Amino acid sequence: MSETPLTGRAQPDREPHRFAEWQRLGGYDALRGALKRHSPEALVAIVEASGLRGRGGAGFLTGTKWRLMRKAAEAAGEGPRYLCVNGDEMEPGSFKDRLLMEALPHQLIEGAMLAAYAVGATEVIILVRDAYRAAAVALTRAITEAESAGLLGRNILGSGFGLKMRLHASAGRYIVGEETALIAAIEGERPVPRHRPPYPAQSGLWGRPTTVNNVETLSAVPHIVQNGAEWFQKLSRTEEGGTKLYGISGRVNRPQLIEAPMGTPAGELIEMAGGIRDGRKLLAFQPGGGATAFLQEADLDVPMDFAHVKKAGSSLGTGAVIVLDDQSCPVAAIGRHARFYARESCGLCTPCRDGLPWVAKLLDALEAGHGTQQDIDLLHMHVELAGPSGRSFCDLMAGAMTPVKSGLERFGDIFAAHLKGHCPVGRS
Amino acid sequence: MTLSPQTTQAIRNAADSHGGAKAAMLEALKLVQAAEGYVSDAHLAEAAAKLGVSTAEIDSLATFYSHIFRSPVGETVILLCDGLSCYLCGGDAVRDAVMQKLGIGFGETTPDGKFTLINVCCIGGCDVAPAALVGPDRKLVGPLSADDLTQLIGGGR
Repeated sequence: MSETPLTGRAQPDREPHRFAEWQRLGGYDALRGALKRHSPEALVAIVEASGLRGRGGAGFLTGTKWRLMRKAAEAAGEGPRYLCVNGDEMEPGSFKDRLLMEALPHQLIEGAMLAAYAVGATEVIILVRDAYRAAAVALTRAITEAESAGLLGRNILGSGFGLKMRLHASAGRYIVGEETALIAAIEGERPVPRHRPPYPAQSGLWGRPTTVNNVETLSAVPHIVQNGAEWFQKLSRTEEGGTKLYGISGRVNRPQLIEAPMGTPAGELIEMAGGIRDGRKLLAFQPGGGATAFLQEADLDVPMDFAHVKKAGSSLGTGAVIVLDDQSCPVAAIGRHARFYARESCGLCTPCRDGLPWVAKLLDALEAGHGTQQDIDLLHMHVELAGPSGRSFCDLMAGAMTPVKSGLERFGDIFAAHLKGHCPVGRS
Repeated sequence: MTLSPQTTQAIRNAADSHGGAKAAMLEALKLVQAAEGYVSDAHLAEAAAKLGVSTAEIDSLATFYSHIFRSPVGETVILLCDGLSCYLCGGDAVRDAVMQKLGIGFGETTPDGKFTLINVCCIGGCDVAPAALVGPDRKLVGPLSADDLTQLIGGGR
């Protein structure tokens, strides 16, 4: 068994630990140690050395993000500075942050405290999606417990460092997970993305320096601080440090969350999830959620880290592996995603607001067997216009078009068969 | 009917804890909905007045967030996931079965006012797909089966 620092202490029924129990398990040791031994600058250096990459999908180096925040905060001068925790996990196929918030709230809180200390934040706001009510309850209680224990508030443990922490409960809408939209949501604005630059570090929440970090990213921080950068590096099977929470879902026998060394190949993960359901064969998988390109049989041994999956032509995203077997129609699958992204477009920019419903409609027609070659041509046009170098305001549309592009490339023959009114792989 | 003193007080407290009236608008909407089931025009205006924001401003959030209901809903709201992982695990069959059993489509409420059925995007229950969120506490249920809808609508129907 490999080490599972992030999830190893979770209780099988997901009941979150009470404060005293969590402390007995070593909880808040990293914070206590850091406040005594490390300067904020030293903490940034430790996380930098660990190679921790943001687990929200983009894979940006956490230490670098923190350093940029410190620099921007210095320039901004006195006043509040914020750390926002992105608990708006809504990428299709992703369910990793749910466990971390529901069952291990104190781990996240300690990680957020360490991050806040490192970047000089004065307040932490954890934004939680509405679907995760159990997580909101667990976090609310854990914050209160930490306050009562003197780990939040003024002059924490006599260190001179003070910090406030609270929850912001969301109410549906995927776009809230985009970092500038998340900031707008907390301010009470209609949560649509904002232009970058300025980046949140320069002008974030209420115009103040702000860092936005993902739940899994912050949950790893106490372990890095406690055990060191080298230990974290060694957890991984590749150059990118740590373990990773992979969510395996779709056509596998036992869909589940797996904490495994970073760089564990998808083939091994699928085996750990019981293999392809009913002994069928793999058609394709998305390695990191709805907005990632399909990979296939030949990619099963690609180490699942940011660099290797990118090299294979996709991206690690959230590590949410969605498995299609040889009876799963990819046209239907891509259509599901297209409808999701069309519905969740925030409506701010025209290409996304009007383009995605069009794409969804084209895919619906093709799935139903009454599409035409012109429909496929129009899909190609959208891919070209809205792809990664496209013309929409934020990354939502480019992400939405990624599976469409990849599907057209990999499953051209299946799309062609749909033109003749039948699906060669679908169940019905 | 005006909002209860408890809801009104909770809205005022939200303004303190959320860094101002504007930042508390969504929380206010959630408080109104928790107490009243949905957010009526009258209650929307009342919440806006308590916070000292305009009705239009708070409605710009109410109409944006998909879990804020501006029309009456049934006693139990079922948010059925239509994401890819649920689809791959048989979500369409569950959808068809519950629609047939309740005699309603998405966005509709049963004539007796017991259930409202809404399709929503991935709810992070891919490990228990097909999955749904049921009731005011958004309880996650799954894996669902078209043959047994007890987890969704109880045993009574």
